[in-house]
Amino acid sequence: MEELLKVKDLLVSFSMYKKGFHKYELEVIHQLSLDINKGEIVAVVGSSGSGKSILAEAVLGLLPKNATVTGEVTYKGNDIDEKSIRKYLGKDIAYIPQSVDHLDPVMKVGDQVIGVNGTKERQEELFEQYNLPKGTEEKYPFQCSGGMSRRILVTSALMGRPDLIIADEPTPGLDLKMALEALKDFRELADNGTGILLITHDIDLALGVADRIAVFYAGSVLELAPVEDFVHNSDKLRHPYSQSLIKALPQNDFTPIRGTQPYAGDLPSGCLFSPRCWLRDDKCAGNIPMTEVRGGKVRCAHAADG
Amino acid sequence: MQLTGENINFKYTKKSPWILKDISITINSGERVGVVGPSGYGKSTLAKILAGYLKPLAGSVSLDGGDLPKKGYSPVQMIYQHPEFSVNPRLKMKDILEEAWVPDDDLLGRMGIEKKWFTRWPSELSGGELQRFCIARVLSPKTKFLICDEITTMLDAITQAQIWNLLLDEAKKRELGMMIITHNKSLAERVCTSIIELPELNHIERADV
Repeated sequence: MEELLKVKDLLVSFSMYKKGFHKYELEVIHQLSLDINKGEIVAVVGSSGSGKSILAEAVLGLLPKNATVTGEVTYKGNDIDEKSIRKYLGKDIAYIPQSVDHLDPVMKVGDQVIGVNGTKERQEELFEQYNLPKGTEEKYPFQCSGGMSRRILVTSALMGRPDLIIADEPTPGLDLKMALEALKDFRELADNGTGILLITHDIDLALGVADRIAVFYAGSVLELAPVEDFVHNSDKLRHPYSQSLIKALPQNDFTPIRGTQPYAGDLPSGCLFSPRCWLRDDKCAGNIPMTEVRGGKVRCAHAADG
Repeated sequence: MQLTGENINFKYTKKSPWILKDISITINSGERVGVVGPSGYGKSTLAKILAGYLKPLAGSVSLDGGDLPKKGYSPVQMIYQHPEFSVNPRLKMKDILEEAWVPDDDLLGRMGIEKKWFTRWPSELSGGELQRFCIARVLSPKTKFLICDEITTMLDAITQAQIWNLLLDEAKKRELGMMIITHNKSLAERVCTSIIELPELNHIERADV
């Protein structure tokens, strides 16, 4: 397996104003590690508002100026930062943003999809493949329906035949069946060698399409494991949070644990999940490294015990 | 008690396509009717019509044979998908909670609402916490029917299970009639006593226009 993207100990913080000129640093992503190989779909699953989109924007160097990003990000073995990623963006690495507002409102969609590096032929080929009727390329975004705009975003991502696609919530407002249908193309791309990072809040969707699932909690990835470990039961999972997440699904036990996710700025020290965890003890304080357990990666002091 | 919608027809403007055509639905006390179906089939429109927020163009909604009350507290209440948009952002949580009635400590305890949240603004609570307030504020003893429009769609699985377990306990205790809109089939199978699917007919018609 060839490694495409590797993120190690990523940390993102925003410098914010409190009152007047008093500044403070708000850390939203901490110690996040993740890797994507050629030809696989890795789904990052976490609840809305927990900072998943910031992960994508940090990797792609799209964050505003008041953000500080530290940690290692490598693409095919080369270190990248927000400047050096520019030469890959739109060619090797493509981004499908969450909202259709990312289309330029005053540019015809055909020209947008072609962009700087694309060709007319490729655009026509992609439009046909994605069922965009002839003449769509002459339209402006406001003349396209929501579903069409989404497909336009996908075609513009595929223009450069990318090796890595970062898709942020690509199927909003679709129910599971339609979303899985829409992601069939992703599966096909992955089978042809593209690596896909799929960011979603819908765990059922991730279970249906991904090869590996990264469980995102309060700004960090607690567990990264093959999708088989998540199906049916929680026995094979390594982290108490992912176990309780799977147990709480309506098709499984539907039994919740207590408590809520902590906020950025109000985080517990040590393990982020420890205030809600039944295994909590002295080992949970302090820095807990990502370790390999039974073919998956997990950040838990007790993972190796059981 | 019985909440019935009979032969409901609805479209939003004169020119727009029909959203609902000849839909009939009956909900008895103690029943939990799930409504599933993809987006655009008129699930939310049906919810608003049954709760009395929209008037059907043809057909009628009745509660035990009579009309829904036009003023005062309606026995048919709704819980929405986005709690952050269904509360007044300029009220503190205590005022939001007590808009229509004053819940007692016992109910707040069962709902998992902490008193220290009372002095916060809505923007200072998470979606799951906010949704608990939205549920507690409609659980007055006068409420007989609850219409839940995708109330846990935006929440993570653990919070979803927390909210539904609380709500189901309460609904069973009070024999509430519920209409539960969701696109999650396994959730519907878990919480509902019966499930209906809105006909696809509407959708085909919409595509033709």
